[in-house]
Amino acid sequence: MQVSMIRQLAKAGLRSSSSIARSSPRAFVASSSATASRHQLSSSRSYVSESKSRKAVATTDAPLTSHTSAPPPPPGFKSALDESTAEILQNAELLDSEKRPIYLDMQATTPLDPRVLDVMLKFYTGLYGNPHSRTHAYGWETDTAVEEARAHVAKLIGADPKEIIFTSGATESNNMSVKGVARFYKNRKNHIITSQTEHKCVLDSCRHLQDEGFEVTYLPVQSNGLVDLEELEAAIRPETSLVSIMTVNNEIGVIQPIDEIGQICRKHKVFFHTDAAQAVGKIPIDVNKSNIDLMSISGHKIYGPKGIGACYVRRRPRVRLEPIITGGGQERGLRSGTLAAPLIAGFGEACRIAKEEMPYDSKHISTLSKRLSDGLLAMDHTIRNGDAERHYPGCVNISFAYVEGESLLMALKDIALSSGSACTSASLEPSYVLRALGADDALAHSSIRFGIGRFTTVEEIDYVLNAVKERVTFLRELSPLWEMVQEGIDLESIEWSQH
Amino acid sequence: MSTPAQTATSTRAVAFSLYRSLLRTSRQFTAYNFREYALRRTRDGFRDHKAESDPRAIEDFLTKAEKELSMLKRQTAVSQMYQFNEQVVESKHSRPHRRISTA
Repeated sequence: MQVSMIRQLAKAGLRSSSSIARSSPRAFVASSSATASRHQLSSSRSYVSESKSRKAVATTDAPLTSHTSAPPPPPGFKSALDESTAEILQNAELLDSEKRPIYLDMQATTPLDPRVLDVMLKFYTGLYGNPHSRTHAYGWETDTAVEEARAHVAKLIGADPKEIIFTSGATESNNMSVKGVARFYKNRKNHIITSQTEHKCVLDSCRHLQDEGFEVTYLPVQSNGLVDLEELEAAIRPETSLVSIMTVNNEIGVIQPIDEIGQICRKHKVFFHTDAAQAVGKIPIDVNKSNIDLMSISGHKIYGPKGIGACYVRRRPRVRLEPIITGGGQERGLRSGTLAAPLIAGFGEACRIAKEEMPYDSKHISTLSKRLSDGLLAMDHTIRNGDAERHYPGCVNISFAYVEGESLLMALKDIALSSGSACTSASLEPSYVLRALGADDALAHSSIRFGIGRFTTVEEIDYVLNAVKERVTFLRELSPLWEMVQEGIDLESIEWSQH
Repeated sequence: MSTPAQTATSTRAVAFSLYRSLLRTSRQFTAYNFREYALRRTRDGFRDHKAESDPRAIEDFLTKAEKELSMLKRQTAVSQMYQFNEQVVESKHSRPHRRISTA
C-alpha cells in the first residue's frame, strides 16, 4: 500500500518535474529495502550472530543501490534470507572499472584496520551519547570508552592517561604545541628552534609566530637528514622557550636522535616538542626516557580513523600552553569541544593493536623493506635518500637518476606512490626536505617514496620491483641525457649554450 | 573428571577447529590486503604458540582467538557489502565468491 503510493508519486514526478523524477529511484530503493528488511526479520537464520547484522544489511542497502537505481520488487516478491542477501551483494557498489593499484603510500595515510572498525561501529549504531553528559547512562558509557582509549594511547608512549589531550590530528597538535607554548611564555621568552625538514604545519606555525614578533631558528640538517646536536645546543639561548624536532621524517624516514635532543633540552630548561605522527606505533617511544614534553600523535597513520589525534602534554614538570580552541573547558581546558567518541574509541583500539603487534609488524615491514630497497638499489644510478642506519624501514625514499619523478609516477599507474609529502604533491616544486639534505634539484625531482605497512604483502613488493625496473629502463631509453651518460659523457662538464 | 591427557587432546581438537574456522573466515574478506593479512596473522599466531605447554597461556590464547573469530565474521560481512575492484596482484581464484557463507 505504501509502496504503491510511492510509485504513484514517482510517476507523477516523472511527468511533472525533473527534480522529483531524479529523486524517485531513491524512493523505490527505500521501499524495496524496507521490504527486504521485513523478510529478513521474519527469518530466524543469521550468518552473523553477535551484531544482528540482518538489520545492518537492509539499511546499508539504500545508499548503496541509490546510484544504480534498482527497480522495485515485483508484486509477489518473496525471498528467503539467502536470496535477499545475494541480491543485496549483487547490488553492492563496485567502485571504478579498472583494477585497483597497489597501495604503497603509508606515510600519507594507512587503511583502517578491520579490528578498529569493529570497535567503532557500535558507537555509530547504538552508543551515541555525549561523553561529557554526566546525568545519564548514554554519557557514562561513551565516557568510559573514551577513558579506556586514553589509557591505550598513554600506554603506547609510556605516559599517564591524564597527559593525553585528544585533538583532530597531528596538524592541530603541532599548532597547539608550538603556538601554545610560545604564546604562554612570550613575556619572558621569545625564541623557538626547529629544523628545516619539519612538516609543513610546524614550519607554518613558526612563520605565524615570526609575524607575531617571535624569533625562530631553522636548524639545517646534515646530508643524512639528521640534526647536528652541537649545532642545536649552540642555538639554544636564555630566551628560548621551545625546541620542536620531529621523530621520524615523513619524506625520508630518518629517525632523529630524540633521546639526546631531550637531554639537551632538559639540561637547558627548554621545552621539547616532537612531531611523532610517523613514529608512534611504529618504533618504540617512551616520553619519560626521551624527556619529551609535548608530542603530536595522529590516528590515521597507525591504521586508525582519520580526523583524530592526540597531543601529549607533560604534567611534571608542568608544561603550560595557551589553548587555541576555547569554550567548554574540555580536555583540561586545552582543547574545548565535544569529544568524538567513535573516532577516539577507534584511535584507542589502533594504539592498543599497535602496541601489541609492534614486534610482529616491525619484523614483517623490515623484511619487505629490505627486499624492496635491495632490489631497487641494485639498479644503476639509484640513491637512497636519508640515513641508512637511523631509519624507519617502512619509508624507503629513492632517487632514480636521469628519470623525472613525476613521469615515473605517471608510468606507475598501477602503484599508488608519491614523490614526497602528500601536502605538497600538488606542486611540481622539488621537495624542500630533499633540498635541505643538499641534494641537487635534478636528484630531488627524481625521488620516489615507497611506504610499506602492516597490510603490504610480499607479492606486492615483487610486483613493484619488476614494474619499477621495467619502467625506469623504458623512461631512460627515451632520455637523451641517459644516452650521453651511457657514452661516458660527464653531464657536469657540458656547457649548455641556450637557457 | 577428565584426566590431563584427555584434556590435552580435547584442547588440541578445540585449537585445531578454531584454527580452521579462522582461516575459512579470513578467506571471506573481499579486500585483498585484509584477506592476506588475516591469513598470515592467523598462521603465524598459531605457529608461535605451537609448543605452548602452560595451560593458562593456552587458554588465554584460545579465548583471544575466539574473540578474533567473531570479529572476523562481522568484518568479513562488512567487507562483502562494500566491494571494490580487484587489486593488481590479486589472483581471481583467491577472491571469495560473492556470497556470505551461512555456515
